[in-house]
Amino acid sequence: MANVFTRMGDWVNERAPNMMPAYRKHMTEYYAPKNFNLWYYFGSLALLVLVNQIVTGIFLTMNYKTSAAEAFASVEYIMRDVEWGWLIRYMHSTGASLFFVVVFLHMFRGLMYGSYKKPRELVWLLGMLIFLVLMAEAFMGYVLPWGNMSFWGAKVIISLFGTIPVIGGTLVEWIMGDYLPADATLNRFFALHVIALPLVLLLLVVLHIAALHEVGSNNPDGVEIKKGPKGNRWDALKPADGIPFHPYYTVKDLVGVGFFLLIAAFIIFFAPTMGGWFLEHDNFIPANNLATPAHIKPVWYFTPFYAILRMIPSFLGQAFWGVLAMFGAIALLFALPWIDVGKVKSIRYRGTGYKVGLGLFVLSFILLGAVGAGVTAEVIPEWFGDVDVTFWENLFGRFWTLVYFGYFVFLWLYTRLGWETTKPVPERVTTHD
Amino acid sequence: MTKRQLLMKHILLSMTLALGLLMGSTQVLASEGGAELPSAGVNLRDQASLQRGARLFFNYCVGCHSLQYQRYSRIAEDLGLTEKEVMENLNFTGAKFGEPVISHMPEDQAKQWFGKAPPDLSLEVRAKTADWVYGYLNSFYVDPSRPVGWNNTVFPNASMPFPLWELQGVQTAVKKPGSEEVEKLELSQPGRMTPEQYKQASRDLTNFLAYVAEPAALQRHAYGIWVILFLALFTLLAYALKKEYWKDVH
Repeated sequence: MANVFTRMGDWVNERAPNMMPAYRKHMTEYYAPKNFNLWYYFGSLALLVLVNQIVTGIFLTMNYKTSAAEAFASVEYIMRDVEWGWLIRYMHSTGASLFFVVVFLHMFRGLMYGSYKKPRELVWLLGMLIFLVLMAEAFMGYVLPWGNMSFWGAKVIISLFGTIPVIGGTLVEWIMGDYLPADATLNRFFALHVIALPLVLLLLVVLHIAALHEVGSNNPDGVEIKKGPKGNRWDALKPADGIPFHPYYTVKDLVGVGFFLLIAAFIIFFAPTMGGWFLEHDNFIPANNLATPAHIKPVWYFTPFYAILRMIPSFLGQAFWGVLAMFGAIALLFALPWIDVGKVKSIRYRGTGYKVGLGLFVLSFILLGAVGAGVTAEVIPEWFGDVDVTFWENLFGRFWTLVYFGYFVFLWLYTRLGWETTKPVPERVTTHD
Repeated sequence: MTKRQLLMKHILLSMTLALGLLMGSTQVLASEGGAELPSAGVNLRDQASLQRGARLFFNYCVGCHSLQYQRYSRIAEDLGLTEKEVMENLNFTGAKFGEPVISHMPEDQAKQWFGKAPPDLSLEVRAKTADWVYGYLNSFYVDPSRPVGWNNTVFPNASMPFPLWELQGVQTAVKKPGSEEVEKLELSQPGRMTPEQYKQASRDLTNFLAYVAEPAALQRHAYGIWVILFLALFTLLAYALKKEYWKDVH
């Protein structure tokens, strides 16, 4: 039997001599720093969720009807009459939210350990592109069930483009293919969600990983293991602090996968709507252009950006500034490698100012999320009684919007003007578990 | 308020808000009337309650409301009833066993009678929550100013008459002094049930509608525990494997 496999292997090798070397380069001879901690699980988990979305998505398309008249009922058909349809749908809907949980944590890891800094700028830029495409993918997927929040969410988000001076109105009609989100909109969003964007996403993921493997992974110490001493048990010329990705990190990631699936299974089987956060109440009502939901808001993962949009007032007769600020909030993340010019990568050896700044930045992101989700509008009258809710909400939201943008300004000044006092970075990686 | 005081108030408010939000505020779905909703206490595992709720639905609700995504056969399967029991006791519309529950109310006439067509209730609990439905069923009161003579504190100016009045009795609103706001509801004419019995009946009905909103919930709960147990074992084994592989990494 073993002989058969060897012969098959030889047969392939003869015809594709570069396949095994490629496998070795990315798996058994890709030397990753040995000190990865908890924060290093989220990259492989993001890949796992991506595969989950594609596989469950394929099965969903087998019973979903791409038509404004039938879409909503077809989703209920999947939930009730398709064998295991409910499980496939919940895996897909829960997967969408968990995708963002995992990606946010993955990005935060990058911020904490300076993984966006030289020489990994390209890895960061490709990652940010993935994030951007992922947001478009998630938005269009949310429209497909054609519930009332799908409809109104689509209407609000698409009309953002209407604030662009001169071409706005025409652009909105062009995107929707109608004067309202309608059958034409649903069909093109289906095409984009199911084939166009996933293709782009997959390509970007391949490039993201390829770019990473060129420069090698960063680590919690921010030490370049390639610049350190050479020679490990497997290769005399490779970094002393590196271990082969396979089998060491494949088995380690398996533990992360186990924990992650436990959490995912708990949500899928016991709380698939997450109390209205993952699947919103208003989306169990069919799309109706005559019945506006009491609170139109995007799903939780868009709420920080949505809050920034809402907090910026009209100015000079233009409502465009909010949209500009919202996209600016993402654009600044793209530019991070050139905003933060500090030489030390890891938060472990950076100045106190950096730690406080990053903490406030994360806080602003979470609190803006609460503003965007309408939590503040609900909580302010409850806690403070008869006060002007809009006034206080705006003050609160604008304050944290300032903190969000302030982080980038501060970081630039802090590192450019040499205000940061860093600790000495060790020569070798320090700990591992 | 001076500017300084205003600033202080803002800082205090911001800090309390920030703290509270971080500690995790729960999303509360209040009624449109602003009233606090009582807990419906639904329990999908209580099959007797689901059966009683189904009986109430088919006696009092199906005249106007459809369950367009719910098949009679599925009700039989999930509620532990036979085809005969369902067709004789619940199916009054002449539908076939495998067909969904569709009311015979003509939509155009319903619009004339009530101002709007009675909504389909398949997903009502998912759209509004069980607490809302339970609260709604307990909050009707006579209001001669409304076209159908009934009003509701959970859903003010609802256009639905209250067919369950013969069970609950008739509630009257006690207004706040010098205001149109309803302070509380009083039972002014008892019905066939005691208040306790009616609470249970409306709970059963809510329970049935909660089941109809997501029949898969029964399967979810049944399979979920085994999936979790399997994954716990998997994680444990994966951890042991990792330990073994990493023994030589120092």
